[in-house]
Order: sequence, then structure tokens, then C-alpha cells
Amino acid sequence: MNGLVRGSAAIVGVAESDLGAVAAEMSAIDLMAQGVRRALDDCGLALKDIDGLICATAQARTSGLSLAEYLGISPAFIDTTILGGSSFMFHVAHAQAALQLGLCKVAVIAYGSTQRTIGRRHASVREYNPYETPFRPFLPSTAYALAASRHMHQFGTTREQLAAVAVAARQWALKNPVAWEKKPLTIPEVLAARMISYPFTVRDICLVTDGGGAVIMTTAERARSLKKPPAYVLGCGQAITHANISSMPDLTVTGALASGRQAYEMAKLEPADIDVLELYDAFTINTILFLEDLGFCQKGEGGAFVENGRIAPGGVLPVNTNGGGLSYCHPGMYGLFLLIEATRQLRGECGERQVAKCETAIAHGNGGVLSSQATVILGASATV
Amino acid sequence: MERVDTSPLTIYQQYLDRGELAYQWSPTAGRAVFYPRVICPFTGSDRLEWRVSAGLGTVYATTVTHPRDGAPYNVAMIDMDEGFRLMSRVEDVAPEAVKIGMRVKFRLHRPGGDEPPYPVFTPLEEGA
Repeated sequence: MNGLVRGSAAIVGVAESDLGAVAAEMSAIDLMAQGVRRALDDCGLALKDIDGLICATAQARTSGLSLAEYLGISPAFIDTTILGGSSFMFHVAHAQAALQLGLCKVAVIAYGSTQRTIGRRHASVREYNPYETPFRPFLPSTAYALAASRHMHQFGTTREQLAAVAVAARQWALKNPVAWEKKPLTIPEVLAARMISYPFTVRDICLVTDGGGAVIMTTAERARSLKKPPAYVLGCGQAITHANISSMPDLTVTGALASGRQAYEMAKLEPADIDVLELYDAFTINTILFLEDLGFCQKGEGGAFVENGRIAPGGVLPVNTNGGGLSYCHPGMYGLFLLIEATRQLRGECGERQVAKCETAIAHGNGGVLSSQATVILGASATV
Repeated sequence: MERVDTSPLTIYQQYLDRGELAYQWSPTAGRAVFYPRVICPFTGSDRLEWRVSAGLGTVYATTVTHPRDGAPYNVAMIDMDEGFRLMSRVEDVAPEAVKIGMRVKFRLHRPGGDEPPYPVFTPLEEGA
């Protein structure tokens, strides 16, 4: 991204809030604040150090005001960009720009959602669209199902290949103590589960959980003096192609193609250099689309690529090592958790699911109905 | 640009009330625009002309959505011969029998009550 400097800023603190099903009457802002507290503990900084506040949630119209008031701070820099689940990847780029310009010295990116507790309809109100709503699309599932239908038609992708994505995510989740799902899953079980919007059964679709968290960023210089090894921001890229699925130019090609290219160019890296991938898997087709568009296989070959455990634990390419939105947690805007897991992998904190010799990571966010795509490449100290 | 006295959506629905599927044509871009807008998304021009579609198109993408209660139903995206795409559904066949590449024709659906009419599609008979 023009103007951002490779490695000029780093993620220094990460934390999840309570996940899964949180205590009754907890608010989205409560979860943000809990995430901020834990992320501060993770890096050793204090609340008074935060002078950049970035947040997004579907449950507060002016979340920047709510969170600043709650924390008792008046930050010099505020950003509440909201573009769906990828918002937090956009936030990383905005935080890096603000840190480079000296608009702030320490930025926190926070998220919270209680959609499981209060119900998805209350957590995220759908806008009426006179050109789509009459046809009763069950959004977002129907939109992603339309994209999957096109991929199956053009490239011969099968339901079994989609199911392989869900099975791999489950295998990773079984290695993550805080993952929502605790039982093994097989391809036949995915196919036999309740149909939602063909070709997706409920097992092709992300979870509906509560959850939140925070990511703390600072300049590379300051990052080196903190508690844990920094995860340097090597590359950022972003692309928006549409808002509604009926306006997506080509249902088999996402903005990840452009966002990935930008991120690789800034990072001076290519797909073969990446050690771990955290891809926004709202639906099983997502992982296939992003493996293609981010250059890990050719367009149309993503279905075959994910077969035979290739992205599962022990496979050639570790993808969604926390268990993903499919099996770990998905509170509605999942992107922040990709940054958290990528950072922990680079630090070597992931226990049973730790990827060996992990020095570079992609955290790729998706928002809306394949609408907003944003890629962040992070690197350990050896990469800068 | 001048004040808008009748919104693009109102005009679109006025055509539907007469049984016609309308879209916009951008002379500056030389291509169709859908959904209707006040400026062209390809050139930024506010010169947009209304045209009536011949009503023929091809299924671009399709799914069968299964509600918790009630029968499964089709949701599809249709590429119209004039070069625009819209969300709709294909009727008169089982929802799972709707296939990508199927030729379809426009039919007006009047849901009744306060709901405005909207375009649905039916399979185009061979040779029609």
C-alpha cells in the first residue's frame, strides 16, 4: 500500500475476551474492554499509554465514543471504519499510517459481539434492499451459496471438497483449548447435516458465538522494548468490489486477488514465503477462493488443493490453525481473531497447534458478502 | 445535476406496475446499468436513459434456500440479454431443477398487499 513502510509498526499485544457464550447482560463494549485489559497485560503497556483507539462492532452506532468513555480516555487518534468482518485488517493499515505519521504512539484495535446471547437478528440488523430482499435470500448464506454454485459449475468443485475445508478446520480446533467445537467431524457428517442454502449444510457455515478481543500496535522501535517478540506489519492490501452479491462482478474471483498483490508487493514476499495462513472462513467456499486468489494454487484448483488433509494438521500448508470461524469462534465480524492467531503463531505460543519455524503469516479478512477483502502479512524479528 | 423529482426506484416500480422490466442505459459508458441510479457507476455521468428489457436472460448462479419452516425455494442471479444482472428466482420448476446456463424469460410477480410487484423468471420453452 503506497505510503506504508514495510516493518514500520508491529503488533505487540493480543487477547481474546471471553468467547463462546458469555455471561448474561454482558455488552459488546464490556467485551472490548476485557480484550483491551488482557492485551495490555500481554504486552506490559498501561491504559494511559493508549492514544490511538480503533474499534468496530455491529452493536453500537458510535462505538468509538462508547469505548473511549468506558475506558476513560480521550485518544488523539480515533478510527471506527466498519466494512464487515475484514474491518480489522483495514484498521491495521490505518494504525500503521497513524503511527508512521506520529498521530499516535500506541493504538488499540478492539471488537466485541454478544450475537449468540442476544440473537443474530438483534446484533446485526439487515438493511432492506428493494432489488434483493423480495427474493428472501437468507443472508449471508444465500449469497455465498450463489458464489459456490458458480465455482462448482465452472471448475467442477464438489461438495466433498467444500466439506474437506470444514473437516480440516475441526481438526485444528481440537488442538485449540478455547475452540467452541470439541468433537471430531467427518466429510459424510458435513454432507448429511441440515441443509441451509445448497450446497451448504450448517457445517459449511461459520459458528454463531459471542466474543471479542483486542490487538495493540506500536512503532517498530518501541515494539522491541516490550515483553514479547513483535509481529511486524510487513504488508497490507485492500480491495472493495461490491456491497450486495447481485453487484459482484465475477462470483469466482474476489478482491483478495488485488489485496494480496498489494500486500505481497509491500512485504517483498510471495506465497511460497508464507509459513501460516489465517483466512476468513465464514463459509467453506471462502477458504478455497482465498487460497486461489492469494496465489497458493491456480484459479479453479482450490477444491482439489484442500483434499486429502493438505490444509489440516500435518498437511503441507497450515491454514486456519485456531480452528477458524467454522469451528473456533465466529461472533459476526471475525477478522480480529485472524490477527490474534497469526501473532501467536509468530511468537511460538500455540502449543499443540504450533506451526514449526513460523516466521511469516497471512491474516486475510473478508467482509460483507465477499465484498471487502483485506490482507495483512506479519513477520517475526528475522524478517525485518 | 438538477434536483431529482422522481427517484430511480419509483420509476423502476412504475415500469413494473405496467408489467415491464426496466433498466438504465448509460450513453457515456455504452452499457447497461442496474440497479437504477442517479449517476452512472462507470463514468459518473448523470445522463442515464430508461429502457425496457425484452425479458430474456440466462441463469448465472443459483441456490436452493431451506428455511426452518416452509418449503425450500430458489434464489438465482439472471444475466439479461441487454447486459445487466439481477437477483430473482425461477418459477414453474422445482427449485433444485434450476441450472446455471438455463434460458429464462421475465414474468411479473404481484405479491399483493402493500408489497410492490417484482420480476421473477420462468424457463424459456425450446424454440420459443
